[in-house]
Amino acid sequence: MSTIRFRAVSSGDTTVVQSLIQHPMDSGFVKDKKTGKLIPPHHIEVLEFVHSGKTVFTALWGPAVSKNPYVKFAFKGAKKGDEIKVSWVDNEGQSDSLTAKIG
Amino acid sequence: MKQSPDAPDRARRMILKGAAVCGVAGLGLADMTLLVQQALAADAKGWPAEAFKQKNEAGVLKALYGKTATASDKIDLDAPEIAENGAVVPIAVKSSLPKVTAIAILVPNNPYTLTAAYKIPEGTEAMVANRLKMAKTSKVIAVVESDGKLYATSKQVKVTVGGCGG
Repeated sequence: MSTIRFRAVSSGDTTVVQSLIQHPMDSGFVKDKKTGKLIPPHHIEVLEFVHSGKTVFTALWGPAVSKNPYVKFAFKGAKKGDEIKVSWVDNEGQSDSLTAKIG
Repeated sequence: MKQSPDAPDRARRMILKGAAVCGVAGLGLADMTLLVQQALAADAKGWPAEAFKQKNEAGVLKALYGKTATASDKIDLDAPEIAENGAVVPIAVKSSLPKVTAIAILVPNNPYTLTAAYKIPEGTEAMVANRLKMAKTSKVIAVVESDGKLYATSKQVKVTVGGCGG
């Protein structure tokens, strides 16, 4: 199962994109309740949305973005049925991507 | 806060939970070593590591954009006046400024000031909504790069229960 949930809706020339990603977004300041040791920072660093070969939105995230992050933005020039590719990379080198159609 | 029969108890539990979670002030030497080791791990391409290490607004803006910001009333910063849960504070920024190329959101009272930075290419609207963690009550600063210049606006957000945790 993908970690990415994603919805893009076109209305006129504008497409509104909303995405939710499953990720712990550990800040590095929280102690593990069992061991008492700090849980190391583990967070998405770069999240990118690409429409027909063009990057339409880039998020650069630090450890202060909430767990299971949500983001919303809007762009012009896409239409219903077009594909958008979403991809993220975190500070441990893990990554995921998903391609979905605009509704 | 909503008044209900168990409200004081609920508030107490939330405060206890917050205290257990927020160990920032009590960072020991071993913890610092761990943080330094983590900082040495390879970062994703294009991620501005230096900017995310900064502890004040001027440092972040210099590292990210190499300039300073002037106040603007053309930035709409939508943030709650009171955030009951600092772990999830919904914040949205939009601007009517022309040729917007970037938006950044700063929380100076967090351990690191920069929370998120967004690149806005041509054709993408000057708007973003997200959810951020706030360790304690702080000013939230929205910075917008428009036609090569930086503009900012800010709003105070009172945090009831700190959100250093996830």
